Amino acid sequence: MHPAKSVIFFTTASGAGYGLLIWFALFSLLNRIPADRDFALVVLGVSFALVTAGLLSSTAHLGHPERAWRALSQWRTSWLSREGVAAILAYLPIFAYFYVWFMGVDDPDAVAAIAASAIVLALITVYCTAMIYASLKTIRAWYNRYTVIGYLIFSLMTGAVLLTFFAHLRQFDMRDEIAAAALLCLGLGLMVKQAYWRFLQASSSVSDIGTATGLGGPGRTTLLEGPHTESNYLLDEMGYRIARKHADKLRIYASVLGFVLPIALIVGAVFLSGWSEVLCALFAVAFCCTGILLERWLFFAEARHVVTLYYGEAHA
Amino acid sequence: MTSLPTSTDKKLGLVIDLDICVGCHACAVNCKEWNTSGHSAPLTDKNPYGGDPAGVWFNRIHTFEVRDEDAGSRTVHFPKSCLHCEAAPCVTVCPTGASYKREEDGIVLVNADTCIGCKLCSWACPYGAREYDESVGVMKKCTLCIDKIYNETLRPESRVPACVSTCPAGARHFGDLGDPDSEVSKLSAARGGYALMPEQDCKPVNRYLPPRPRKKAAADLGAPDRLQAKDGDLDGAGFLARLVDRVLSR
Repeated sequence: MHPAKSVIFFTTASGAGYGLLIWFALFSLLNRIPADRDFALVVLGVSFALVTAGLLSSTAHLGHPERAWRALSQWRTSWLSREGVAAILAYLPIFAYFYVWFMGVDDPDAVAAIAASAIVLALITVYCTAMIYASLKTIRAWYNRYTVIGYLIFSLMTGAVLLTFFAHLRQFDMRDEIAAAALLCLGLGLMVKQAYWRFLQASSSVSDIGTATGLGGPGRTTLLEGPHTESNYLLDEMGYRIARKHADKLRIYASVLGFVLPIALIVGAVFLSGWSEVLCALFAVAFCCTGILLERWLFFAEARHVVTLYYGEAHA
Repeated sequence: MTSLPTSTDKKLGLVIDLDICVGCHACAVNCKEWNTSGHSAPLTDKNPYGGDPAGVWFNRIHTFEVRDEDAGSRTVHFPKSCLHCEAAPCVTVCPTGASYKREEDGIVLVNADTCIGCKLCSWACPYGAREYDESVGVMKKCTLCIDKIYNETLRPESRVPACVSTCPAGARHFGDLGDPDSEVSKLSAARGGYALMPEQDCKPVNRYLPPRPRKKAAADLGAPDRLQAKDGDLDGAGFLARLVDRVLSR
């Protein structure tokens, strides 16, 4: 599948924004967020900015961005529509949270309700994003249980790494706790991704050239002539194959940058102090972001669509 | 509304005979010709006279080689357009309701006024039936020539999709596949018509008729018996032929 930059940025940025919101809300539910207005407003602001930039970026690949509001109407059947509705609903607790911290509202029950709804709505939104891909039977690399687990864990992971940085920057007591959460997510994320890549290596679509043409299975039927000599929309969008050649290398880069280095750096941040601690946490964020962008690029570029069976592939 | 109708009054679709298709691409050309001024007009071309032309086509002809140990290889021309699926995934994934399946005849269409061009329908379709028109930023697709089949200003025999009316070999048939007594249903049943990628659970309406078993001997092709070698059988041979045969047989 063609890895559109806008969609890669959308899924990674909004995932990180929701992850950050979830951890912030969870720690505030546990009474582990210090009463620091600047800290809260910065964290909420970053979360809001990531989510909003991601959503805006997702409209960039539309043919008609000005009609994007129409996408909220078909939530009964469409995961893309559900994602849009959930994303808008998730703004309510974000705005409420801003209000609470900006005005200094001192109502523990109300704040707890806001935090809980922020967690639930953010998780639902990330789940809907994942289901857009996980519901497409045409793409074996997405139509499996790893897609939803991956999107949820990578969202929590990038959010936790971000919050770890802010906590270490301000030297809050909860910095070791969020660092532990980040390490747990990074470890889980790495395991999920490795398991996914093993799965991808071993499996292929239920469809092959035999079922696509009805003429005979792989080995018996081959494409003799395509419909035309030049490329077309289907091949540009669904037949992307640049990554395959370098997939092994890119997987290693994604694993090291997105998971292994952030783990090492966060461990470093926990045991160091002063500027080196903050720098470690900052580089953990930088590497994790780079790695997750690479991971998401591979998620698209490695995915094969069954329509390629009509263009010479024996398996999809 | 992108919920699929629970049932449709008709299941209009195509029956494509892979035994007859000669791969002339006339159906694709006439499809383009009709539809570039039809319901989804225009079918834009990008850089049509340049080195790397591309464009919107609703119908494409692929050519496959099928190997068979006994019968040898054969070439099969394989036209492919929208299969107007009963469980069309392109419709249910649409976030805006621009994609819809008509209750009256089962035709799957796109409303170009509400399509946001998110391309998700083209990802959901296993058959590559969706065509994104970059120049207008909306998705387009085969309409089964909705502006032709119901056009009362045309002669009744012309009220079939452009690809059907133009096929010089008669390899394409149009009709109601929901009616078991229709000509297309009977044809499909008689010839073992099959659906493409049934495992994708889209329940396509269009049917493909498999190539008939390969004919190798001259008689199988309908050639007159006299073209065959008839060694040892001199029935009907003239005096001179008999004499020569006798001399040479010594």
